Amino acid sequence: MDTEVKTVESTFQSRNQHLSFFLDNATVLGVLMIAPAVIYILALVGYPLVLAFIYSFSDITIGSSHFSFVGLENIQMLIRDFDFKTALYNTIYFTAVSMIIVLVLAKILALILLKDFKGKFIIRTLILMPYVAPISLGVIGWLWMLDSIYSPINWLLQHTRLFGPDFWPMWLGKPKLAMSAIITVHVWRMLPLATVIMLAGLTSIPQDIQDAALVDGAGYFRRLFQITIPMMLPIMLVAVLFGIVFTATDIIIILVLTRGGPYGSTQVLVSKAFYTGIDAGDLATGAATALFLFPLLAAVAIFMLRIARRAEIA
Amino acid sequence: MKKNTKDTKQIVLKIAHLGSLAVFAFFASLPFLWMLITTFKQDADLYNRANNPFIFNMAPTLVHLKELFHETLFLKWLLNTAWVGVLVVLITLFLAIPAAYSLVRLAGRWGERLGIGIFLTYLVAPTILFIPMSRVVANLGLQDSLWSLVLVFPTFTVPFAIWLLMGFFKTIPRDLEEAAMIDGYSRFGAFIRMVIPISTSGILTVVIFSFTLVVQEYIYTLTFVTTASQYTVSVGVPTFLVHGDVYNWGALMAGCLIASLPVVIVYNFFVERFISGLTLGAVKG
Repeated sequence: MDTEVKTVESTFQSRNQHLSFFLDNATVLGVLMIAPAVIYILALVGYPLVLAFIYSFSDITIGSSHFSFVGLENIQMLIRDFDFKTALYNTIYFTAVSMIIVLVLAKILALILLKDFKGKFIIRTLILMPYVAPISLGVIGWLWMLDSIYSPINWLLQHTRLFGPDFWPMWLGKPKLAMSAIITVHVWRMLPLATVIMLAGLTSIPQDIQDAALVDGAGYFRRLFQITIPMMLPIMLVAVLFGIVFTATDIIIILVLTRGGPYGSTQVLVSKAFYTGIDAGDLATGAATALFLFPLLAAVAIFMLRIARRAEIA
Repeated sequence: MKKNTKDTKQIVLKIAHLGSLAVFAFFASLPFLWMLITTFKQDADLYNRANNPFIFNMAPTLVHLKELFHETLFLKWLLNTAWVGVLVVLITLFLAIPAAYSLVRLAGRWGERLGIGIFLTYLVAPTILFIPMSRVVANLGLQDSLWSLVLVFPTFTVPFAIWLLMGFFKTIPRDLEEAAMIDGYSRFGAFIRMVIPISTSGILTVVIFSFTLVVQEYIYTLTFVTTASQYTVSVGVPTFLVHGDVYNWGALMAGCLIASLPVVIVYNFFVERFISGLTLGAVKG
């Protein structure tokens, strides 16, 4: 095909030779067209990423004009630090619990939405809202709903007799409750996206395969485990990986709702990195804290590349 | 008799279906409903624990909206967001359209890999980078300025846009470009005159999503900017409508609602394309 194009091209020699070298040669043009994006990404993602590593092994602060290297001191200090361990534990707990809840609910919601019903567009809009609206603003809505005095949730639960007359929980004031609140809000936020991806996966399975299996006498669970799940697996894997990354790295909910409190019970790695690195100005410790997430991100990246390569071969 | 029980079973199933739909929809929209109610409630009604919080016990009022627009920088934040959004979208298109085309058509085998590599930078971006990035921005003298956001936001819109556009470009038949080249266009000419016009819907999708990502951004803005007049709406509202521990809930909820609604409405029309773009790599096989 390419040679055909080349011969056609060679019959149009009237163009400026120099210009056509740039505009027609696929390799040269290819490099020229991608160069701006690659240079931008190297300068503003690659370079800061290198800085993140350098800072982690230094004593840099926000005001300092120069800094010296301290080796592994920051990291050793962090590992000994009780607050850091709590944040690490919170990150894992928060990520795991919210992911499981999101997956289960998304599966249910996707199956419900798969059926036809009137007013689907409106329902879909309502269900998508938490993901689409600016998250910091949605969380402010939650902050007001979980208010210690005027919480409408408490009012509702009390007036439907689910709570006793004297039971008025302070959602954001008690460690366990605060963590549950953070997880609830995160589930609220992630559920729409997870559901839509799940729906895309479900509808991507050709109906005739399901029908054929049905004719052959395969029951619901047989179809679930031998057709639905295996065929949805690649898309699910990608969705779960993304979910883990977004859950472990997103701190807007925590910054707005609890600021890591009470008593550090909702502090995660990235929020801790923000408070030490930016608020307290200790760039070095902040960078080192955030860097503990790098292995997770790298693992996900490698895994994604694997999947892509397998798809390429298949 | 048997038909009757079958009918009953169907009705029960139908009710269960609609009921669970209602529960999910209520859960999803509750905060927005609460924003809507709060926006129009009088303070005396709002701060009275004896009242039913879900109904208007006193006449609705516009006082919170007036306060939001006259006594806060809300309008300025909206304008800032729009301005940064437009610039970031333009930069994104300028960088991502040629790059995506190059990766799909001109790069050959390593194109796909590089494409995935670029997309993965989207995962790394803000979390690990906001701390060193604060220093980079300071060294460039851009702290406390909207330009810092214009410079940095494309770090997450460009990878995403390249990924989406690669999907769109793949669906364009090569014959079209070849036909254009036979008509005397250079390869680049064919890209400009042929590929870009028929990719309008893909490009529009990228515009919408880049803009939405800008509106939602929080961490970088919070890190780089400290002056109230330079905030975007998603940071300005939670930061500056709260005075110490005094929450002005009426105006706060009005601000959240007004800033959220346009995004929700526009996004809803594009969500299917967004998903097909996002999951492309996995489904394509």
